[in-house]
Amino acid sequence: MDWVSAVVQGTLLGGLYALFAAGLSLIFGVMRLVNIAHGDLIVLAAYLGLSTTVMLGVHPFVALLIVMPAMAGIGYCLQRGVLNQTLGDDILPPLLVTFGLSVIIQNALLEGYSADPQKMSAGTLETASISAGGLTVGVLPLLTFAIAVAVIAGLQFMFYRTAMGRAFRAVSDNSDIAQLMGLNKAHVFGVAMAIALAVTAIAGILLGVRTSFDPSVGGARLIFGFEAVIIGGLGNLWGTLAGGVILGVAQTLGAKVDPGWQLLAGHIAFLIVLAVRPNGLFPRVSH
Amino acid sequence: MSTRIARSTPGARAAMVIAALGLIVLAAAPWWAGRADMRLLGEIYLYLSLAVLWNLMAGYAGLVSVGQQAYVGFGGYMLFALTMFAGLHPILAILLGGVLAAAISVPIAALIFRLKGAYFAIGTWVMAEVFRLSFAQASSLGGGSGSSLPVDVVRSLADSRSGREALSYWLALGAAVTVMACVYLFLRSRRGLALTAIRDSEVAAAGLGINIWRTKLEVYVVTSAFTAIIGGLIFLQKLRISPDAAFSVNDWTAFVIFIVVIGGIGTLEGPIIGTILFFLLRETLADLGTIYLIVLGLVAIVIMLKAPKGVWGLIRSRFDLELFPLSYRVRTDAPDKGA
Repeated sequence: MDWVSAVVQGTLLGGLYALFAAGLSLIFGVMRLVNIAHGDLIVLAAYLGLSTTVMLGVHPFVALLIVMPAMAGIGYCLQRGVLNQTLGDDILPPLLVTFGLSVIIQNALLEGYSADPQKMSAGTLETASISAGGLTVGVLPLLTFAIAVAVIAGLQFMFYRTAMGRAFRAVSDNSDIAQLMGLNKAHVFGVAMAIALAVTAIAGILLGVRTSFDPSVGGARLIFGFEAVIIGGLGNLWGTLAGGVILGVAQTLGAKVDPGWQLLAGHIAFLIVLAVRPNGLFPRVSH
Repeated sequence: MSTRIARSTPGARAAMVIAALGLIVLAAAPWWAGRADMRLLGEIYLYLSLAVLWNLMAGYAGLVSVGQQAYVGFGGYMLFALTMFAGLHPILAILLGGVLAAAISVPIAALIFRLKGAYFAIGTWVMAEVFRLSFAQASSLGGGSGSSLPVDVVRSLADSRSGREALSYWLALGAAVTVMACVYLFLRSRRGLALTAIRDSEVAAAGLGINIWRTKLEVYVVTSAFTAIIGGLIFLQKLRISPDAAFSVNDWTAFVIFIVVIGGIGTLEGPIIGTILFFLLRETLADLGTIYLIVLGLVAIVIMLKAPKGVWGLIRSRFDLELFPLSYRVRTDAPDKGA
């Protein structure tokens, strides 16, 4: 039963990893940008959530009403002010600029909040649990997973059913022709980054409620999100959810064998997928 | 009018003479520099070596890695493991660490070369994490808290403290000179020409019959070996190792990337300029702590956006200067009569 429980916990943890990955996946899909600062932006969102809950005395989920628009605004300005200038055939500028950004965010958070681990309190939600058939599942992980499914469904709908999504796909396929058709590429990229960071805000708040965090944990969040994207297959949002679940299950099973093996087991699962199916388990059908 | 093709320029020849003289002065540092200065110089040489190696991968082979700390840490741990358990002399252990790093880098490359561009970068980071977590499990090397180099191993280098410090200084200087010379000669060779062609256009290079995958693999393996040797020297200076220090992304990759970007990526002079600027900044701003790192990040972003060829690129475009002559030039001699 312990093992079944570990698999269930890992699956739910996978929802959080899918949320880390969704923003990464979206901006790569739209503008072929890999944001090295993604993990640090998740941590930034967690700190913004912390400040909001402390200052206004509200529940972390209510803080989302402030943190999501704030992160979206940061995303839009960041994209139009800095990152749009780095896009082109050369992969070095976006990589190195977002790397610099990562160091800046990390140290700015260190300056503003110190290196002490912080945590957001979600009240009774943190300890609430549901028991069914001998399994006990926390309400918070369950809610996290449900949010992840909802976010991915929402992104999927936006991408394939709305005018904005059509614009995203158009600039992704051929940005020059999309501009001839009257799309403002710079604006479309800005909106994509805004949406990606709004998702990051959700991920950051859920991270901050689930575990304690400090300014240095961003790199690992980026790696988890990246592994989920690659395991699931580039460009496939539902695949990313599956990738997150595989990563989460590998980690909880690894931790079951030996606590020191938790993270290592996740990385090994990723490397096995990379060795066996380099395009991921569910690569998008090219069309 | 006769023309000939040459690589060398008067500027480059003068730079070589100055460099040779400077090297003699630096090699004599144990007789004129204080203990703290020698430590700082040693650190500068090792960072310079890491920067030259990272630049070879990113600036020439297009392999942007943010996981070079994997090999720095591996080299450091091999120094500790091979001296403590196999009883090897530290210098031998460091060199053997380089060989082992080359061996282990081949299967790693086979895996992460499947990732393209920026995803390759994060893939290298995952590898470095795997290294860190694995060495943290090695309880004989102190596990997560690390271990110190035993006294008798340290003594085996030289009996006196000043002798050890001088030796470790010369090793660092020698490593930097060796790395610079190897990379310079490599880039001037046939293979270096192939690499430069890949840098400029992969499609055209493939069309000329260059095996791109193989060339990149060679660069990756050689860089890994040298990086591990430098890692061994770094921890020979520190005499203490722990997983977090050995596999630190900030210390062994972020700083190195900033050095290369600020100095000028894809040039041999860039890492030298970058290292000098980096240490000038560090020595003046170090008291500011985290602010210093924020400034460094901002400088790197501004340079990447406004002057992507770095400080050396700015100098070069103004003065047509090349200290390490890699490119060919057509020179025209005085016109012959009647020609």
